[in-house]
Amino acid sequence: MRLEDAARRAVEAAQAAGASDSEAWAEESTSRRVRVYAGEVESLSDAGGRGIGVRAFAGTRSGYAYGTELTDDGVAELARAAREAAEVADEDEYEGLPDTSGSSDVPGLASAGFADWSTERVVELALAVDRAARSVPDVTQVENSVYSDAQGSVALANSRGFAASYGATQAWAYSSAFAGEGADLMTGMGVGMGRDPGELDAEAIGTEAGERARMLVGARQPDSRRCPVVLDAFVAASFMGFVGAMLSADAVQRGRSLFAGREGDEVADPVLRLADDGTDPEGPSSAPFDGEGTPTGRTGLIEGGRLLGFLYDSRTARRAGRATTGNASRGSYRTPPGVGTTNLVVAGGDLELEGLVAQAGDGLYVTEVAGLHSGVNPVSGTFSVGAAGILIENGRLGRPVRELTIASDLVSMLKSVSAVGSEVRWVPFGGSVKAPPVLVSEMAVSGS
Amino acid sequence: MTLVDPELAARVLERALARGGDMAELYAESRRGFGVSLDDGRVERPQGGRERGACVRVVQGDSTYYGHVDGLAEEDLLRVAGSVSEGVRGDARRPAALAAIATGARHEVAVPPEEVAAARKADLLRACDERARAAGPEVAQARIGYAESHRQVEIFGSDGRVAADDRTRIRLSAQVVARRDGRVETGTDTRGGHAGWELLEDDPEQVADEAARRALTLLDAVDAPTGRLPVVVGNGFGGVLLHEAVGHGLEADAVQKQASVYAGRLGEQLAPSFVTAYDDGSRPNAWGSEGVDDEGTPTRRTTVIEDGRLTSYLYDLLSSRKDGVESTGNGRRESFRHLPVPRMTNTFFAPGEATPEELIAGVERGLYAVSFGGGQVEPATGDFVFGVSEGYLIENGRVTAPVRGATLVGNGIEALRALDGIAGDLEIATGYCGKGGQTVPAGVGQPHVRIRELTVGGTAS
Repeated sequence: MRLEDAARRAVEAAQAAGASDSEAWAEESTSRRVRVYAGEVESLSDAGGRGIGVRAFAGTRSGYAYGTELTDDGVAELARAAREAAEVADEDEYEGLPDTSGSSDVPGLASAGFADWSTERVVELALAVDRAARSVPDVTQVENSVYSDAQGSVALANSRGFAASYGATQAWAYSSAFAGEGADLMTGMGVGMGRDPGELDAEAIGTEAGERARMLVGARQPDSRRCPVVLDAFVAASFMGFVGAMLSADAVQRGRSLFAGREGDEVADPVLRLADDGTDPEGPSSAPFDGEGTPTGRTGLIEGGRLLGFLYDSRTARRAGRATTGNASRGSYRTPPGVGTTNLVVAGGDLELEGLVAQAGDGLYVTEVAGLHSGVNPVSGTFSVGAAGILIENGRLGRPVRELTIASDLVSMLKSVSAVGSEVRWVPFGGSVKAPPVLVSEMAVSGS
Repeated sequence: MTLVDPELAARVLERALARGGDMAELYAESRRGFGVSLDDGRVERPQGGRERGACVRVVQGDSTYYGHVDGLAEEDLLRVAGSVSEGVRGDARRPAALAAIATGARHEVAVPPEEVAAARKADLLRACDERARAAGPEVAQARIGYAESHRQVEIFGSDGRVAADDRTRIRLSAQVVARRDGRVETGTDTRGGHAGWELLEDDPEQVADEAARRALTLLDAVDAPTGRLPVVVGNGFGGVLLHEAVGHGLEADAVQKQASVYAGRLGEQLAPSFVTAYDDGSRPNAWGSEGVDDEGTPTRRTTVIEDGRLTSYLYDLLSSRKDGVESTGNGRRESFRHLPVPRMTNTFFAPGEATPEELIAGVERGLYAVSFGGGQVEPATGDFVFGVSEGYLIENGRVTAPVRGATLVGNGIEALRALDGIAGDLEIATGYCGKGGQTVPAGVGQPHVRIRELTVGGTAS
């Protein structure tokens, strides 16, 4: 309750500094990180952090200030700075606190089992990930294997009387392995995540890293072609992250989304179903309330091939005459709330990977993309990104390929999804996304 | 010292070495920032921040134990030093007496940004917005961003090293969206440096002009060609190619793990003899410059490629110790919440003799990549990918139609070998570089260069 108290004091200070309304978001966390290289602990950290961000309104103008001092003087200074910053902003008639606040019931955010994991035990886990990666045949080196976790609390208070807090735990591990040598060296990554270290399968994470590198050894540049493409879950998730960003009502209202004005339109093949779910108990970005104290929820985005709607916070909802979907997102106390996805969830289909590959016939299985942040135009949706993967020949995986690009535009890609895989998994790429592999019936592949 | 009293620092180091270790270090930091943006014609999101904190690390052999804490209170610093020491297995060691403060290159700040009224910064955004919209009726939207930061850092090492640095950075950016019929294109530009408000006193609205020009140009763009083509890369932000395709592979941590294609290749002729490249963290007021790095080593100019030969890697303290060389002043961290790792500062090709026109004139059919939206490399393989944000076709030695959607893919070693011309118009641009979850400001730059052949991934069939 200490955090909630700090948030309340900040709100009182902002009101005392002349704010017409105000809100404070406070965080406190401890985190550990173990990095293993060559079977030894390369670095080990144990860290604590805390901070608070204050949003102060001067009518319909809003200012923000954040800092690491949670003392009375510290929060009072921030509250004054936020109120002063508001003077710089222009009027925005839709700006303000949400009209209603509250919390959803999201069970299981904090694992009781977390406390059983001493630093010695998580070091063992990281070493086990590393061992598993190194024991995959053809793996020549493991660049690093990393375990990290966080246990934290968040509190929000505002001048309309809302005050709430919650705690959450999260653990991750990943490994990056090399297979092959010299000019044939290829890399692969394995990842896993859960609410506590017990949910991480060290063996599976390490093996995945090694296997993903191993299957690309000997990759060559393919010929250019247009062909069916199977995106693996990592890659599909990265693309869905871009789609999710463009379904933000903020992007739509500012004319930065190709989905603007297309609510109800056909934007995808019906096999592709996409939702944003801030209440999924397994979701890394799940929480009872969003970054401005609105209850989180599940928002269907694409169903039956049609665009159902957008993601809103209270400001964009007021502007559109809609209700907020609980998507006011905060990276941390250092940023004011803005519209963002929580957990994007792509519904799984019937086919295992083998079936998708068989259905592709002749094409490409993409296991890696690079340069997404520079290769996707968020406004037009056209993209051309670097990729590596395995050619599909006669419905089976063939030889590995690299130094190629895949190009299309996002809507064409969504419309030409012809099958969705059954193996759905959480992926920390493109935000927090739960996705299966996806078969796209045609994309431009550029090689030599 | 303004952040941590040296007497307290000495006690923190002593506690950190309570159970042994080859080296202990206290890194203290105070950072203030202010930013405001304009979007959709409206000044919004004014925000300020103030953070203070410290990181303590102990190195023993190849292992590093560290912890960080928000705030600089005595009891917190001593507590984190104690908890870090618990990871170490050995006998207590005494730190050396602390020496005098090292500061390194100075980067003059004439007008500290915090002394300029916030209202003036908002007015600058409005002026940029006006300039962008004045570029033509097809300009649909402009987003202008202003950010300033002021970081003070202090570093105390158990080897007696004491260093301090005071870093002011300022950056103005513009993103302009142009629309014609159903077509939407975006252009961007930035101006920034390790400098004060004076950097924005000379017609800063040019940033908006340039972003608008790029967006409008792209409205006429044709689909990018596909295949292997000669490529002329523009100066300034075109240097992201060197940064990605070569620079990351020269960072000593990747080299020592054999996770770089440049490992074991010092002294090798990797590029034609007219190619020289530097990493220079001491370049006055450049975006990636500092006085000392985040381990207290004064920044300097390191020649990484000389007359085509690979001459040096980029080192922090740990990696330099392993190779028995001096740190090159490339130990950088995003903040007190991170460990220092070898990172580039300002990395650029030295100017050559040609002119951009000559480079272009020598191409029968190719791509002129003026600027990139960004790029990515896998240092272990050298494979890179770049998104071209402004590009043109070159036909019969002349720049013709703008193209959109071009991506360059290739391999650093091959691209270096294929360099076949360097112009004299060196320029350094402001980038942000991400590595291992840490983002730091990095200057990227070059004069115009020509590469004999690269794979261009386009959308044209």
